[in-house]
Amino acid sequence: MDLSLTQDQRVILDALDAMLRPWESAPIHDAPLFASDHALDRALADAGFLEVANDPELGTVTAALVIERLARLPYATEAAASALVGPVLGEETAGPMCLVDARQWRRPVRYLREGARVVLLEDRGVSGFTASATQFRAEPEALFAYPVATLHGLPEVREPLTIDPMQLRARWQVGLASECAGLLAGALASVVSHVSDRKQFGRPLATFQALRHRLAEAQVRINGTYWLAIRAAADCDSGNAALAALHAAETARICTYDFHQFLGAMGMTLEHPLHLWTYRLKLLAGELGGVSGHARSVADALWGPASG
Amino acid sequence: MNFDWTEEEQAFRQHLREFITRNVPQDWERFAEHGPGSAALTEFAREFCGKLAQDDLLTPHWPVEIGGLGLDPWHQTILAEEMWTTGEPRGGQYMNVNWIGPTLMKFGSEEHKARYLPGITSGQSLWCQGFSEPGSGSDLASLRTKAEPVGEVYRVNGQKVWTSYAGLAETCFLLCRTGEDRKRGISILLVPMDTPGITVRDIPSIIGRGDIHEVFFDDVEVPLSARLGEEGQAWDIIAYSLTNERLGIPRYALARAALERSVSILSERGDFADDAVRIEAASVASLCEAARLASYALVDRRAKGETLGAEASSARFATVMAERRVAEFVTEHLPEALADAHPYLKMHHQRGIVAGIAAGAAEIQLNIIASDVLQLPREPR
Repeated sequence: MDLSLTQDQRVILDALDAMLRPWESAPIHDAPLFASDHALDRALADAGFLEVANDPELGTVTAALVIERLARLPYATEAAASALVGPVLGEETAGPMCLVDARQWRRPVRYLREGARVVLLEDRGVSGFTASATQFRAEPEALFAYPVATLHGLPEVREPLTIDPMQLRARWQVGLASECAGLLAGALASVVSHVSDRKQFGRPLATFQALRHRLAEAQVRINGTYWLAIRAAADCDSGNAALAALHAAETARICTYDFHQFLGAMGMTLEHPLHLWTYRLKLLAGELGGVSGHARSVADALWGPASG
Repeated sequence: MNFDWTEEEQAFRQHLREFITRNVPQDWERFAEHGPGSAALTEFAREFCGKLAQDDLLTPHWPVEIGGLGLDPWHQTILAEEMWTTGEPRGGQYMNVNWIGPTLMKFGSEEHKARYLPGITSGQSLWCQGFSEPGSGSDLASLRTKAEPVGEVYRVNGQKVWTSYAGLAETCFLLCRTGEDRKRGISILLVPMDTPGITVRDIPSIIGRGDIHEVFFDDVEVPLSARLGEEGQAWDIIAYSLTNERLGIPRYALARAALERSVSILSERGDFADDAVRIEAASVASLCEAARLASYALVDRRAKGETLGAEASSARFATVMAERRVAEFVTEHLPEALADAHPYLKMHHQRGIVAGIAAGAAEIQLNIIASDVLQLPREPR
């Protein structure tokens, strides 16, 4: 085993860090709840960071590292689907890629807009379509820190795609886990900063053990989320991917409420940027059936389908 | 990054499995119900560790010049995983190879090394760790067992408690007070347990008979030369020792193995079709694997020569979470295991109880993570 970044990975992450500097700070904003910037989307596409998995020397682990790093930004930018699913579809897409679980098509879809490439996971296959304006309803008032829209239904005309549904599910789960790891790290850093500065009863909030232990436990869970995601990215095995997504979704569910709680009233405002991470986690954590859906995938992969 | 074991590492693991199969009795799982500190397992361990030593498998990660093969921390991890998952046929001697030996190598005098290392490397010695006291558990620095220099000896008076393996150990790694300063006033003495004035009493416990004890020191005279390191250096030495101990026991591996055994038993009798049970088992598996990878990340750093700090506490707490959930899963779905139907699962439960308590309580690990990983301002004292 060698769990250090390769020299190439270090170079890529350093270059990514340098490019992302203008977007490290959260913008002051009102509705909608998310922060996005087309300049960031363009910069990522132009620099080729979402295509690293096409290079066998870099592979899906590097893609997962890029996804994790981007998710730590307060800005939402579509990366996971393009970087992990895009390479196996072998398509050139101009717009964002949206992943939709046919069994949950009523869920708000991240980055869905006119011209977006929609990849639909069904039980027996995978299909795709390019979204037109009549197929969805934009949701500018949504309480999620992604730009989202809702499909009116599944279009009758869809192109079959030559990717195995299990492979799509696994790559989706790897992307989801990697993104959760970055979002959780960003959220935790934001909370740590606040509770270290904010004083009550004459001392920083962070000196109270009631908060310290829960934050420490969050660190343990987030560290596990990161490593499970990167391990799953290494082989995109369905069991490892499901384990990573399960742990990520459970960690998101456990941490997001706590994180807002630790900020007190500031946790309810848009003045503090915490929601830019947590209200992405809330949507991500429910994808592919959420905790129970990922757990069923884990059980099937590790112990075979239920019988008896 | 590469998450695969090398062919050589896989062969090493296979070699260990074959060794274990050859050298444990047929009814091993029933036998391993005896705790690591029990008389039965201690006696067995001397024979087993002797064979391990003959096959160069007791301390393969130690330097060649003192009886090891110079193998890296990945091999140490494989060795520990296979032993702990089997039910630790090395008994209490796992402590020797995990941290007592390395600590003696780093801080011991030539006399200490000559006296103690051969017993460890031949698999014939048993140590106990005289740390906790009735008034000093998590607040270890408040310990009161006193060692006063009198001529050529220290005269030791005080009491230790919850001391593992003390009933049969030949030597105690004893923390005692030689000065007033909370931490800089503590020293380490290597004390033969047959020294006059030492009294040991068993403490009945959930974890098994013969495992934990009270140890009383009444005017025990120990030569000055038995001191490990300098006077007052104990805190630095045990910080090193505990970092090894925190990584030393791969509890995640036994926890995962116990989960697999549970699933197997439930499946065989048709009780693993229930969606809720499957979901819970999956959740427990994810905690085991999270703990495994958090530990591997640290093994990787050790293999590259880095010194570990507070991150070890994070991996340790991840393991505590996994241990707890596996124990809860077994207790809820296979309670007969605790009534003796499945000795392997009972063994896991008994050893798992220790995870959040020994070598620094889980809450202490959280304090360390809060201060040294998250860099939160410290609590007022």
